[in-house]
Amino acid sequence: MSSGVLLSVEDVVVDLPTPRGNLRAVDHVDLAVGAGRTLGIVGESGCGKTMLSRAILQLLPRKARPSGRVMFDGQDLLRLPAEKLRRLRGRSLAVVFQDPMTSLNPVLTIGTQLIETIREHLELDLAEARQRGVDLLAAVGIPAPEQRLEQYPHQLSGGMRQRVAIAIALSCEPKLLIADEPTTALDVTIQAQILDLLAREQRRRHMAMIIITHDLGVVAGRTDEVAVMYAGRVVERAPTSALFKQMRMPYTEALLAALPKLDAAPHTPLPAISGRPPDPTRPLKGCSFAPRCRYAAGRCNTEKPSLSRAETPGHLYACFHPIETGAGAVA
Amino acid sequence: MMLQAAPDPLLRVENLVVEYAVGGKTVHAVSDVSIEIARGETLGLVGESGCGKSTLGRAVLQLRPAVSGKVLFDGHDLTTMQGEALRRMRRRVQLIFQDPIASLNPRRRIGDIVAEPLVISGVKDPGRRSQLVHDVLSAVGLDPALVIGRLPHEFSGGQCQRICIARALVLNPDFVICDEPVSALDVSIRAQILNLLEEMKARYGLTLLFIAHDLAVVKAVSDRVAVMYLGRLCEVGPSEQLFARPAHPYTALLIDAIPVPDPDIRPAETVPVGEPPSPIAPPSGCRFRTRCPRADARCANEVPELRAVAPGQFAACHHPLV
Ligand SMILES: Nc1ncnc2c1ncn2[C@@H]1O[C@H](COP(=O)(O)OP(=O)(O)OP(=O)(O)O)[C@@H](O)[C@H]1O
Ligand SMILES: Nc1ncnc2c1ncn2[C@@H]1O[C@H](COP(=O)(O)OP(=O)(O)O)[C@@H](O)[C@H]1O
Ligand code: SF4
Ligand code: SF4
Ligand SMILES: [Mg+2]
Ligand SMILES: [Mg+2]
Repeated sequence: MSSGVLLSVEDVVVDLPTPRGNLRAVDHVDLAVGAGRTLGIVGESGCGKTMLSRAILQLLPRKARPSGRVMFDGQDLLRLPAEKLRRLRGRSLAVVFQDPMTSLNPVLTIGTQLIETIREHLELDLAEARQRGVDLLAAVGIPAPEQRLEQYPHQLSGGMRQRVAIAIALSCEPKLLIADEPTTALDVTIQAQILDLLAREQRRRHMAMIIITHDLGVVAGRTDEVAVMYAGRVVERAPTSALFKQMRMPYTEALLAALPKLDAAPHTPLPAISGRPPDPTRPLKGCSFAPRCRYAAGRCNTEKPSLSRAETPGHLYACFHPIETGAGAVA
Repeated sequence: MMLQAAPDPLLRVENLVVEYAVGGKTVHAVSDVSIEIARGETLGLVGESGCGKSTLGRAVLQLRPAVSGKVLFDGHDLTTMQGEALRRMRRRVQLIFQDPIASLNPRRRIGDIVAEPLVISGVKDPGRRSQLVHDVLSAVGLDPALVIGRLPHEFSGGQCQRICIARALVLNPDFVICDEPVSALDVSIRAQILNLLEEMKARYGLTLLFIAHDLAVVKAVSDRVAVMYLGRLCEVGPSEQLFARPAHPYTALLIDAIPVPDPDIRPAETVPVGEPPSPIAPPSGCRFRTRCPRADARCANEVPELRAVAPGQFAACHHPLV
């Protein structure tokens, strides 16, 4: 994977001033994505997944103060002039949000939005751009694409709108696609279709992809590497198969355990993670997970564990009392 | 076909039909649905968005009039009841919504929100009201002293759902309809709320109708599961049996669509293609036929009736899997 790193996030911090004081939404994050690879970012709501993806895209709230480096294709996005960034975002770097209406304009037809995006970035005439739009809609599984071009976003179901948002994101053959909870608002059946669609297009286009989700089930079969975030930090990172074979960080284990199991009898109590993540304007001195961690002891409450290497290559975790290898603690 | 759950069910829905008129057209939201829920049972109701789950729940509560059919609650037909008699019955049935934040009035304090059903049902003594509010908030795991004076926006989604559950339980109902109570919550909070619902069910002796679109979530809390597609019931059966041996092709596809947290299990490629057709013009015969891998000519001509395929398990399919 060292060959052809497309994106590298280096020591990125995002601070947001709030009435309650500084809110550190992203806290010294390092990540890398190779060309054509898929990274999953997993964590509970509020742990900083969206702020991190917005830092990569340079779409942060105006008041945000980012630092660190976001190297994409040899350039530092944090220091790129606005005009260059804008061009890059449509072309090489694309995004799909949880709510497709974030990227769709309610008063323009699907066709206008799709064709405009294509023509803004690629040198095609109207007829060519239109044909490309039709092909893309067909590729993302929209029946009767010619007719859909004339429709407005509100005339489509949630799943269809997300397909259109994906078509627009793919329209200029990006090198990296960031999908921030692309299926959280959708039915399980539509979720499976959208995830399959993303995987298929990714393989076909040899595009790199970041999938953000709170559900470990979503990343399991569909990513090369997973980064688990908690309270703004990456707390465990590993190749997907290594991670599921042996989780080291108690938080990752707890996230997996909290999922309803298909093979458990009804009414089996779920091992929920008690409480909530800490208030991000009141950072804890020790490990952020300590108040909810069943392994917390000793220096967990006084010192922050740093991300260190496990025995398995590429596996990193931030924990003083990692789950022992071979323990296979998760049922 | 009656799907007998028990000799004396708490709820019995018979041939319920609910429609909406939209621009001169008819939305067939619930078409000829019959179902029973035994006392103390949790019945899970699953199906894709728009298949009529919420409409069914609202029609049970008489918040939406039925075109035809009966809703027998504890032996009384709610569809023919009116005025005070209906209000008294309805007090025994409560509803919890999917979007916890949106279902709380942003300008009212939590104490007042939870007390509201008491006020409406005529509990006049403020001391008694505040005692009941206090008890129910503690029961759902909130500290009454800390929460009663605050506004909804000061709480997270999970906490708002606890508040909604408290509001639903404060009248000590017999039956609670949970309409996607955890769909808006993330994995860890979802587990907390599912556990809480189970605890509350035991503590208050509840019977539950648990609506969701995620079969894994439904299975975790339900004794029996009913699968709905485009306004009709496809399959009903005991949860474990339905999972182990689904008879209806749609149930099987729903099970395949569940993301499994195991990288060695590749996602199934058999998930249903496309989206459900419009309930304004549902397909003839079996409504699932346009997405069904087993569909044939008979499926287009003949509406499949629910039939027993195994003890306690019923499926509406001409070519069931079991
Ligand atoms: N007030 C209304 N007016 C017109 N049509 C409606 C109304 N409410 C619901 N419908 C339609 O009735 C059908 C059933 O809707 P319902 O809300 O019961 O589905 P659901 O299964 O609860 O879906 P979801 O999973 O999205 O909550 C849908 O086609 C919906 O668009
Ligand atoms: N526009 C904003 N202003 C202030 N704080 C914000 C803003 N957006 C997000 N936050 C805060 O930043 C933290 C991380 O949020 P986010 O990245 O959205 O989390 P996630 O995507 O993992 O749910 C949270 O504490 C959230 O409340
Ligand atoms: S460092 Fe301590 S508190 Fe943090 S996850 Fe590890 S054991 Fe738990
Ligand atoms: S009746 Fe026919 S179309 Fe309907 S589910 Fe059964 S096989 Fe499929
Ligand atoms: Mg987010
Ligand atoms: Mg609904």
